Amino acid sequence: MTNHIVVSNLNVTAPTGDGDELTIVDDVSFSVGAGEVLALIGESGSGKTTIALTLMGYARGSCRISGGSVRLGELDVLKLGQAGLRDLRGRRVSYVAQSAAAAFNPSRTIMNQVTEAALIHKMATRADAEKRAVELFRDLSLPNPETIGNRYPHQVSGGQLQRLMAAMALITDPELVIFDEPTTALDVTTQIDVLQAFKRVIKERDITAIYVSHDLAVVAQMADRILVLNHGKVIEFGETEQILQRPADSYTQSLVGAVSRKQRQTPLQHDSELPLLEIRGLVAGYGRLDKQGMPDSPILQDISLTIPRGSTLGIIGESGSGKSTLARVVAGLMPVAKGEVLLDGEPLPTTLASRSKEQFRRIQIVFQNADTALNPTHKVSQVLGRPLTFYHGLSDDACRRRIVQILDLVKLPAEMAGRRCGELSGGQKQRINLARALAADPELILCDEVTSALDTVVGSAILDLLAELRQELGVSYMFISHDISTVRSLCDDILVLYEGRAVETGSCSTLETPPFHPYTDMLISSVPELEQGWLERSRHKVSPQLTTPAGMGSPLCPFLNRCPERIAGVCDSLPPPRGSLKNGSEILCHHSK
Amino acid sequence: MMHIMQLIARRAGTALFILLLVSAVVFSLSSLLPGDAAQQLLGQSATPEALAALRESLGLDKPGYVRYVTWLKGLLIGDPGVSLANNMPVAELVAERLPRSLVLAGIAALVSVPIALTLGILSAMYGGSRLDRVLNFTTLCMVAIPEFLVATVLVLIFAVKLGWVSSLSYAPPGASLGQFLSAYALPVVTLFFVLVAQMARMSRAAVLDQLSEPYVEMAVLKGASLPRVVLRHALPNAIGPIANAVALSMSYLLGGVVIVEVIFNYPGIASLMVDSVANRDMPLLQTCAMIFCAAYLLLVLIADVCAIVSNPKLRT
Repeated sequence: MTNHIVVSNLNVTAPTGDGDELTIVDDVSFSVGAGEVLALIGESGSGKTTIALTLMGYARGSCRISGGSVRLGELDVLKLGQAGLRDLRGRRVSYVAQSAAAAFNPSRTIMNQVTEAALIHKMATRADAEKRAVELFRDLSLPNPETIGNRYPHQVSGGQLQRLMAAMALITDPELVIFDEPTTALDVTTQIDVLQAFKRVIKERDITAIYVSHDLAVVAQMADRILVLNHGKVIEFGETEQILQRPADSYTQSLVGAVSRKQRQTPLQHDSELPLLEIRGLVAGYGRLDKQGMPDSPILQDISLTIPRGSTLGIIGESGSGKSTLARVVAGLMPVAKGEVLLDGEPLPTTLASRSKEQFRRIQIVFQNADTALNPTHKVSQVLGRPLTFYHGLSDDACRRRIVQILDLVKLPAEMAGRRCGELSGGQKQRINLARALAADPELILCDEVTSALDTVVGSAILDLLAELRQELGVSYMFISHDISTVRSLCDDILVLYEGRAVETGSCSTLETPPFHPYTDMLISSVPELEQGWLERSRHKVSPQLTTPAGMGSPLCPFLNRCPERIAGVCDSLPPPRGSLKNGSEILCHHSK
Repeated sequence: MMHIMQLIARRAGTALFILLLVSAVVFSLSSLLPGDAAQQLLGQSATPEALAALRESLGLDKPGYVRYVTWLKGLLIGDPGVSLANNMPVAELVAERLPRSLVLAGIAALVSVPIALTLGILSAMYGGSRLDRVLNFTTLCMVAIPEFLVATVLVLIFAVKLGWVSSLSYAPPGASLGQFLSAYALPVVTLFFVLVAQMARMSRAAVLDQLSEPYVEMAVLKGASLPRVVLRHALPNAIGPIANAVALSMSYLLGGVVIVEVIFNYPGIASLMVDSVANRDMPLLQTCAMIFCAAYLLLVLIADVCAIVSNPKLRT
């Protein structure tokens, strides 16, 4: 195989602010053969995206390509001038960005943007380019390929937008396509559709590609070879099969290890019969309430759950399923339209204003994104000191001592107290975010996607910490996540949310053995496994869309529209009953007994 | 389309409601001014009887809310009353002066807006370059100098010392192009000085804001040239904030003409308003104030409509 792309001794530097330069890509060399898919894998800050972008002669912000060479066939990319680079980009090398929602211009139609590269490079007339775009839409199994191009980006779903972006990259038949974490922002059930579409197109068109990802399981499906990166350096470079089965380097071994499942459940300490938190028949949403007390746009419908003291309830669902709304209701940030929220058997007031300080203290929330939840200009001691003085009225001295203890709890050094939040790494920020909640001495911590923004290894350490804190302090968690494997590893009980309804509830062990609710089944089977060929073998089925989907507030099954196991004449006419499965979990489905 | 019309109708409704509130505020504030037109007309030595008689004939003796309702009704049918100072219908006075002010403001806008937007977009395009810094510095200097100083210095240099243009700025109807230019050059340049900085800086910021968006990087990686990236990709998304910046500057233009009209002795509506304050000529003052408010609300409404139409999320 001839090496089509040869990168040798590549260096990229970024200015540090005090005049020095920081090397973010350090002496990286690799090659890609024609028709081959190479994956660049690593955690955030490993330089994988930076390396991929140098193949287009591009460096973000004030970064600078400071040495080495990038050859594309006969072309030395790094020696090109501005005009040469413009000619290269979009024509010979094209790019599929991580977040299609951000990478599409919101004020221009999709077709306009998909065909743009072909028109800029004068490779086709507008009519020809549009015809080709429609073919690509069809190849990528997009719905309504003839007309989808007339829409604006906000009018199509995230998964569709990501496939449209692939069409945008392929319109010029480039020699190399760079996929930069193209499915990271998607739900698992959407990710699998997109991966299947990408895989098919790559195979059929014999595309040479660089696939950037942090997710080994995804990469295992897509790549022929893998380049493992850490801190801008090449750690290991080999065939996919070798990297997955026989990783040579210890760092690669830790990456592979972080993916494999780990149980963190601890035995329950039942010291009281009364559950810590109980929710009965909860309805919540936005807009005015009608006569029956239903809001204009209900987000959560008929949710009931209990969290025994010291246990962890996992809430699983895709984006938009109402997971965060549930946390907000418990925290008092959203009003309850119907139903009850009981803390230790006593009803919790539904508005913030009517809750007591003590009630605030007992329930703490940890937000998903520590970057935005912590004020970057505040010192760690300020962030942690605030709940200590507010809830416990500690004096300065006592406060300082307690901060050291709390930092120790989350395994951070005491010196951290003097640092500003903006200076911390992602994992450290999330620990401070958690420490802030712990400072109140809560009984229930609402964890809203606390590991989603973190790398696998860092996220896995946070999960370990959560499990340990539970054992030491006896706190309970409501652990919200879209990622079924994190929920499985940490939680005692689970609740699967779909469009604001609890479609399955049960103990976590029921997730190990079928049968499941069809939606839970789809969720479980959509999680990529660390095994080549999984994508081809996956039993993921796409059911034809119904013409009249059950809308929000309809009594019919919310999953009806996507359900592969729906029963014609039953599911589309009768509301689903709540019944139990033989493994003990309770589901909202006609398939229950 | 229905949706967009509804949105615009709602904004227009809000604007009308605000205008009603403003009318009440204007009316009550203007009645707080010390002295009244009768006192002003008759002077300090007037007898109380003469004052009372004049007040009655002018309708000033009626309670405030009655005068307000009468005035509001008059406004609605286009008859804002009679000027107390010179006994002419306010409508007539305004009809004579308003078009002149509009001509002045219009020319100033016509000159300033395109130049300001071009400068703003250019400095965003070459953000951080020497061009950007020079433009930034110059426009800041221009806005930092008060307009009366600019006007006075301009008159001193171009009208008095060099004699190139007339210091009195009024071109009678039917004036030649030369006369027209000579009359308007100085006031327009003065207003340009005031306006250009804010608009240029705001449009620079709006475009720069868009240039850091991922879709701009995407356009660059498709091989689009810099002008294409800025004009075709970033600019359409910056129209909302730019339209707002322009509307705010234009509304300033209405207020800014007061000083300029006075210094250049230009017979526009702003100098009419200044006279009406001096004369305690309430009907005239109130009408002028209402015109300024209405113009301001109209500008903001137009900016809102621009923002709505340029945004497909609101449009469709």
